[in-house]
Amino acid sequence: MSLLEVKNLQVRVEDREILHGLSLTVNPGEVHAIMGPNGSGKSTLSHVIAGKPGYEVTGGEILFKGENLLEMAPDERAAKGVFLAFQYPVEIPGVATMNFLRTALNAQRKARGESEYSTPDFLKKVREVAKSLNIPQDMLKRGVNVGFSGGEKKRNEILQMALFEPSLCILDEMDSGLDIDALRIAADGVNALRSPDRAMVVITHYQRLLNYIVPDFVHVMSKGRVVKSGGKELALELEESGYARFEDAA
Amino acid sequence: MNVALAKTDTGSALEAALAAARERLPAGGKVADIRRQALDAYERTGLPHRRIEDWKYTDLRVLMREVLPLAAAPDAAVLKRAEAALKTAAIEGTRRLVLVDGAFAPGLSETNGLEKGVSIRSLREALDGGDGALQAQLFSLDTSNPMVALNSAMLTDGVVIEIADGTVLSRPLHVVHIAAGAAASSMFTRSLLRLGKNASATLVESYVAADGTRTYQAHDSLVIAIGDHSRLDHVRLVEDAADAVNISSSAVTLGAHAHFNIFGMASGAAVSRYQATIAFAGEGSRVETNGVNLLRGRQHADTTLLMDHAVPNCASREVFRAVIDDSAHSVFQGRIIVRPDAQKTDAKMMTRALLLSDDAEADNKPELEIFADDVTCGHGATSGALDESLLFYLRARGLPEKDAQALLIQAFVGEAIESIANDALRDLAEATAGRWLRARA
Repeated sequence: MSLLEVKNLQVRVEDREILHGLSLTVNPGEVHAIMGPNGSGKSTLSHVIAGKPGYEVTGGEILFKGENLLEMAPDERAAKGVFLAFQYPVEIPGVATMNFLRTALNAQRKARGESEYSTPDFLKKVREVAKSLNIPQDMLKRGVNVGFSGGEKKRNEILQMALFEPSLCILDEMDSGLDIDALRIAADGVNALRSPDRAMVVITHYQRLLNYIVPDFVHVMSKGRVVKSGGKELALELEESGYARFEDAA
Repeated sequence: MNVALAKTDTGSALEAALAAARERLPAGGKVADIRRQALDAYERTGLPHRRIEDWKYTDLRVLMREVLPLAAAPDAAVLKRAEAALKTAAIEGTRRLVLVDGAFAPGLSETNGLEKGVSIRSLREALDGGDGALQAQLFSLDTSNPMVALNSAMLTDGVVIEIADGTVLSRPLHVVHIAAGAAASSMFTRSLLRLGKNASATLVESYVAADGTRTYQAHDSLVIAIGDHSRLDHVRLVEDAADAVNISSSAVTLGAHAHFNIFGMASGAAVSRYQATIAFAGEGSRVETNGVNLLRGRQHADTTLLMDHAVPNCASREVFRAVIDDSAHSVFQGRIIVRPDAQKTDAKMMTRALLLSDDAEADNKPELEIFADDVTCGHGATSGALDESLLFYLRARGLPEKDAQALLIQAFVGEAIESIANDALRDLAEATAGRWLRARA
């Protein structure tokens, strides 16, 4: 069974159709890159998979582990193993990162019928993961993402990914706002989480990110559809020729 | 509404109550005269209504309708109920001073082993002592406010706390107002805290009801005088019964280089109003007022503050947060006066309301009256719903909707709660907010 099956998905925002019949199949262990120009619907796809309000699905379906994802609340999707790393992670003043992480992790475990982590066990786990990602303890004491640099925010997303151990990670424009060093650190974090049980969907505008996170498959989106799919060499091809010819194809 | 008739009815009922209770009311020295004048002052308006500017958003003729009869002096059964209520209302590590249905309850209070420099008496005792200056201070509240006037006319008891110069009181004082009456009634209390020079203390006040208490109105008033170089931390927790009314008035004066930090939280009572005047009488002093309203159902809570900067070089901060669910109504009126001499005043006021339902209402009325030219003054007010993008982020991380909301609400009120200096009291306020949130889920 595929991990994620998006079939002929049609999505509207207010009166505008953004996705016009998009299909995508992702199997465990695979890393897919979705590339495309601004406005092609890349982020819409990630938001709809995660369950963000404000999108109306007018046709098609999304199956996750064979279940109808569109019927689930965002928190149920998270508990089932869907993780969206946000393009712009929000700042939440007054909510300490540590408290947030524990509350979220235990909420997911509770939803799955698993036992909640005790405080010492949780602290141990978080410290291990933070260390492996070079996240200073001080960052965990601050409000969620408050005053974090772009790189710190992305690292915090990857920390959560490592902590929640999702089976599907969607990375929405992970490279936006990062300099080359921050990008490398973030990509190393993501690569460390690659595993045969876990799939990743990397959404990006630029080929650059894919030098660090090397995908198994590349899909080109244009005007709300996947217009071409191929191996990692497709990304290089795009880098040379640009999106224009795919836009014509759409 | 026939206003004239309502006023006459209320007035005559009160006069009858006052006459009937004469035996029980302190009346030494000039007190009887003061009461008479206060009653006259009250009767000129009766219950304040929306056409009185200060009461525009809190029309007591609609919200209270009438002043309930004076509570009977607590009998053994009432005291027993009050004692049971203390099991949850008592705060560990504090010195407890208990008022039951408007009467000081020595048997439930901890008045022995007082620290050096601390004097605690009931209001009745203090008034009977015949100290003219003390009497004047006790009646220094402005009776042009009808509810202050009513309180002055009807007050039965209270706690008078005097802390001598140089006394540093590490154990907080906890004044517990317990309603425990078996009949619908009103209680009228007045307390005083006088803090000398170079002294510091923490005062907690909480308002609760015993199980089985009939509907009631708590009319409280408090005079606070803070001496030079002294610091007072004050925490107020309004946790009255769901059908109760709580009208509390306060007058605070600060000497020079003094510090007053107050945190108030209203989660109980159907109708509550906290009206306070804070006056700077000496230079170099600082006031921080922080408030939180947690309201649901049809609750109405009003905070009306007057910050009076009469002298130079003082600073005041007002931070107010309201969380309003269902068709509840939160009011904040903050007036800052900077008088001509009060140069280098630094006064700021910020209020934020979180509306959790379409029927929730928040009214903010900031007023700045600035008569000095070299000052920093500012105010801001916002109101709105929970931020959808924050909610989605939390939900995408696995938090169910109510839990995500609770986390954001807790963060929203957290800024005000963090202002409490005493760790145990801060934890207590957080726990109270936590209980409110859990009841929502």
